[in-house]
Amino acid sequence: MTLTELANPTRFLSLATRVLPWLAMLTAVLLVFGLYQAALAPDDYQQGATVKIMFIHVPNAWLAMFVWGVMSVASLGTLVWRHPLADVAAKAAAPIGAAFTFLALVTGSLWGRPMWGTYWEWDARLTSVLILFLMYLGLIALWRAVEDPSRAARAAAVLTLVGAINIPIIKFSVDWWNTLHQPASVIRMAGSALDKSFLTPLLIMAVAFSLLFITLHLAAMRNEILRRRLRSLQMLQASKPVALP
Amino acid sequence: MSALGSLIRRDIRIALRVGGGALIGVLFFLTVVVLMPFAIGPDLNLLARLGPAILWLGALLASLLTLDRLFMADHDDGSLDLILMSRTPLELTCAAKALAHWLAAGVPLVVATPVLGLLLNLDGSATAAVALTLLVGTPALTFTGMIGAALAVTLQRGGLLLAVLVLPLSIPVLIFGVAASNAAIVEQGTMSFSTPFSILCAISLASLVIGPFAAAASLRHGMD
Repeated sequence: MTLTELANPTRFLSLATRVLPWLAMLTAVLLVFGLYQAALAPDDYQQGATVKIMFIHVPNAWLAMFVWGVMSVASLGTLVWRHPLADVAAKAAAPIGAAFTFLALVTGSLWGRPMWGTYWEWDARLTSVLILFLMYLGLIALWRAVEDPSRAARAAAVLTLVGAINIPIIKFSVDWWNTLHQPASVIRMAGSALDKSFLTPLLIMAVAFSLLFITLHLAAMRNEILRRRLRSLQMLQASKPVALP
Repeated sequence: MSALGSLIRRDIRIALRVGGGALIGVLFFLTVVVLMPFAIGPDLNLLARLGPAILWLGALLASLLTLDRLFMADHDDGSLDLILMSRTPLELTCAAKALAHWLAAGVPLVVATPVLGLLLNLDGSATAAVALTLLVGTPALTFTGMIGAALAVTLQRGGLLLAVLVLPLSIPVLIFGVAASNAAIVEQGTMSFSTPFSILCAISLASLVIGPFAAAASLRHGMD
């Protein structure tokens, strides 16, 4: 099966319907296993039990950036190949990404209160993630402002690609500006700085959250395709000449 | 080239004449700055400390106010369709329109800055520093704002959405503009002026490249 065959909405629908239950089950199992592993992980010698917020916070933050990346690739699909499925993928991803970003901000500030003594600090990482959240909201507003879905898709695609500039800024903000947020410790040139007892549950949680995103994204894409079919059926119905009695 | 030149001349002429709204931006800028002492109190030292931030915020809001006229007026009278159909590349046309907008609406803000600096108790060198950062930074505001203006012109009621879409993109400009001004005023000697200033120049140059392409793309896709 080639990619172009998969990109056919009808084929996509049947595939998504078949795959979704398995994906959802796998996600649930992995989430439970990851949370169990996280609960077993030892307390940090400095941070105590609060270090366990990391297992929720870090995957959320990764996914917040990853979803914008997915949307950027989908936007390229919209602008270059004008493929309707790319529009659907970009539109379905935006609310999910906004939710991940919001959760990353909330868990981060809950973690920050006992560790840094403040819920919010205007440092580079926190501020740039907040901007990312605002841009997600602006993008959702743009999707809703245009009635015709394919025109909305192209407007949103331009904004998504311009906003993608923010992603490397977030990634490297802790290296470029020396601020309160700790520097990158998991993915480094010199190998991870984390102990194995923390790293393993974190990676399991990261995979579980990625699967959660894929599951939610496929389900949202399916809903969006069905919603569009419904819309075009309604338009068809409305354009029919009315038989006068 | 002559098409672009006449487009720039036309846009400036429209902007400066009655109802064009470019000079209203300066009036708005003045009003924002005058409002500040009422909000934070008439303490002159505090005003001098906050001066660059106030001036930058005022300029940002004023340029945002005039942005939606960039394509909206042409869209309303139909000339945007002619511009889209002309043989000149749309990217160049967008760049020319943004340049005209900056000349008509951005430069007056920079010129007004020394007068407003007097109101905020800034001394000569501080005013010069803020005016210099505004001179370098306002093109970035115009060229990134143009993306939002091009997106908004294809919508029915895009005015408020324009502000929501453009403001997050203008945050880096604000950060480095105020950082450079503050380095010249408050932390003389401890912080270098040239580092944030050159980053500000870099942002302006990058937006000069990205802005016209993104605006042209959204116009092309939005208008058909």
